[in-house]
Amino acid sequence: MPTQVLMPALSPTMEEGKLAKWVVKEGDPIKAGDVIAEIETDKATMEVEAIDDGTLGKILVSEGTEGVKVNTPIAVILGEGEDAAAADSSPPAQKKTNGASIASEAKTATEDLDDESGESEAGNRAPSAMAAAAKGTPRDAQPEVPEGTEMVEMTVREALRDAMAEEMRRDGDVFVMGEEVAEYQGAYKVTQGLLDEFGPRRVIDTPITEHGFAGLGVGAAFAGLKPIVEFMTWNFAMQAMDQIINSAAKTLYMAGGQMGCPIVFRGPNGAAARVAAQHSQDYAAWYSQVPGLKVIQPHSAADAKGLLKAAIRDPNPIIFLENEILYGQSFAVPKLDDFVLPIGKAKIARVGKDVTIVSFGIGMTYALKAAEALAGEGIEAEVIDLRTIRPLDMDTVIGSVKKTNRCVTVEEGWPQSSVGSHISAELMSKAFDFLDAPVLNVTGKDVPMPYAANLEKLALPSVKEVVEAAKSVGYSN
Amino acid sequence: MAPSQAAPKRGREDVQVKPERVRSVEKAKAAPIAAFSKDDEIRAFESMLLIRRFEEKAGQLYGMGQIGGFCHLYIGQEAVVVGLQMAMKPGDQVITGYRDHGHMLATGMDPKGVMAELTGRRSGYSHGKGGSMHMFSKEKSFYGGHGIVGAMVPIGTGLAFANKYRGNENVALTYFGDGAANQGQVYESFNMAKLWDLPVVYVIENNQYGMGTSVKRASATTELWRRGASFDIPGEPVDGMDVRAVKAAGDMALEHARSGKGPFIMEMLTYRYRGHSMSDPAKYRAREEVQKMRDERDPIEQVRHRLEEKGWATEDRLKDIDKEIRRVVNEAAEFAQADPEPDPSELWTDIYAAS
Repeated sequence: MPTQVLMPALSPTMEEGKLAKWVVKEGDPIKAGDVIAEIETDKATMEVEAIDDGTLGKILVSEGTEGVKVNTPIAVILGEGEDAAAADSSPPAQKKTNGASIASEAKTATEDLDDESGESEAGNRAPSAMAAAAKGTPRDAQPEVPEGTEMVEMTVREALRDAMAEEMRRDGDVFVMGEEVAEYQGAYKVTQGLLDEFGPRRVIDTPITEHGFAGLGVGAAFAGLKPIVEFMTWNFAMQAMDQIINSAAKTLYMAGGQMGCPIVFRGPNGAAARVAAQHSQDYAAWYSQVPGLKVIQPHSAADAKGLLKAAIRDPNPIIFLENEILYGQSFAVPKLDDFVLPIGKAKIARVGKDVTIVSFGIGMTYALKAAEALAGEGIEAEVIDLRTIRPLDMDTVIGSVKKTNRCVTVEEGWPQSSVGSHISAELMSKAFDFLDAPVLNVTGKDVPMPYAANLEKLALPSVKEVVEAAKSVGYSN
Repeated sequence: MAPSQAAPKRGREDVQVKPERVRSVEKAKAAPIAAFSKDDEIRAFESMLLIRRFEEKAGQLYGMGQIGGFCHLYIGQEAVVVGLQMAMKPGDQVITGYRDHGHMLATGMDPKGVMAELTGRRSGYSHGKGGSMHMFSKEKSFYGGHGIVGAMVPIGTGLAFANKYRGNENVALTYFGDGAANQGQVYESFNMAKLWDLPVVYVIENNQYGMGTSVKRASATTELWRRGASFDIPGEPVDGMDVRAVKAAGDMALEHARSGKGPFIMEMLTYRYRGHSMSDPAKYRAREEVQKMRDERDPIEQVRHRLEEKGWATEDRLKDIDKEIRRVVNEAAEFAQADPEPDPSELWTDIYAAS
């Protein structure tokens, strides 16, 4: 019976890719293990191997096709005695290539972000407030780009890369180091192309020794260079925590202002999809506790670009928290020669009057979708994207709460001593008289991240929980 | 001796800080004892004595309650920083751990500023916010003063990285102790330093005890100069009680790093006379062990003896030097006690650099 070869996934978060090359042609005999095609995403390239013997009956997706969704049939393999006609006529048995099983699971997890709002357009979800601003819709209260600025669609990944490249062109003291940042082009392809442009002196592959290279970066910064230290993920930075906090954050103070540490530590933070407890932690609250550090966690590509540029220029140690799921999402980014955003300034991502929803980073995905759903029920939520966790822009939050008198916070991190619980305490002490209901925190559950798809979904916040919390503080349940 | 041959174990009964231990290893050639001129000897004597008298005074002030917290004295180890300072060139950086007063004085930092930091006053190098373990001077290329065991090793490696990045000729002297030599981050640093041939000299000040634990009770291998072997980093044990041996080894190690050959490890065999910190009851070693070292190996007495023997300085001249140094130290101590505490507003300064 003819079997279909499906588009495989290269990573837990891949949704689509390019069929770069067919290595075999129709009619070629194939043995299990033969490379039959090459596929590419913006993150990686991989060879597709046949897992059955047979003959390549038909190529269903031609070479060079972009945006091929994971699990799309790309070819048909014929067994002995079958011919190409059989491939067309008989319903093929589903057969997975290497990695295809990962793909289906990854899809489950990433789709969870969409399913409650009914949007499932992979790769371009969550139209951002920046995009809205560009189109001049009334939703954005604080346009940060001059009217009439041309906007270009770009992924968060590309925006981060452009931010680094622009700053490296501008300042010879800026360099980037980390695991796989150079020749591999970045474990998540964020540093793609930087080695070609800036060479191995400024784009430096390190050994897998976070404690050591974080400290080396700190020393380079003490000496006046401006390192960008990439952690493959923030989970691995726990090995470097002493250098980040004891050496980078505290030295300016301990030196009476004589010696500072202009360094950016960056990388993906929080849960990706199906990578379980040790690779799924959100560190926003942890780092936000430390005086001497600035902590940034952008949501949109425009904010990622403008804030990373600001971070690289800042003379202080910066914790720049990215998110793997957001890397591939596209947003409108202003086409400006030098787009820099202020650190420490929240953004009103959506204007409303009934309830304030405060979030940041990937949490904004839930917040914005919840606001959309609430609007359908006549509740106008104001959504605030903190963008910077430290220094925290409480003025913007309090300003909004004075208007709505209700507040819900949203984050993927754990509940105890969370960013949300800090905001709740601040609101209680500084805006008590304006609150008509206790502030509610929607957070990740108080458990290590489980692996199973259903449990992972339960461990993360959901749009439904945000909607319910918003209704609850409005006493409209 | 070839590196593969067994070496005598060091420890409580067998503290090996004798010159005959200085020998070639791996790629390193044994540095002969440097021939010191009269001026060299006088300079070494003055610098070491300044550290000695400063530390004695710091110990007194601690006893009087003028210095608080942790205070780790350098007495006994003076030849290490002084010999290496004599080998350094302007712009070479120094970074160390928390037993750092000697390093600061050797780099030429002002005793008043150091002492005022120890007493937590506003004219201290860190405005009273760093204390004994956390002082810095960009002017003197002194990068701290680090309170976490081993943390200065990657940082010092980063200073060397910056030298190479900028293409200057400077070397980062990265000091750490025998205790820190067992830290994981040290080996992460060794690996990168050799991988990229960074201009760094690692100076292991082996004073025989990590707090109260002797080297042989803490280290599976006690020849710490060999710790770079698996990274192909040459190393050398040095008599850290003889300032001439330190200077000679320093010349060679610095030249190695400066000429682009990458890192070098020096194990300075030295000894601290005082406790680990002021609160150390020193129950882990015999009083006689300390006394023997003082009597037979004291770095300052060695220089005094040579100066007198060669007729380069009379006893009176050396007494005058001591008197002058005591005056400088007393002045620093008086300054450090009279200087006001930091203004309360300093609590909120220097947390962030102005963007």
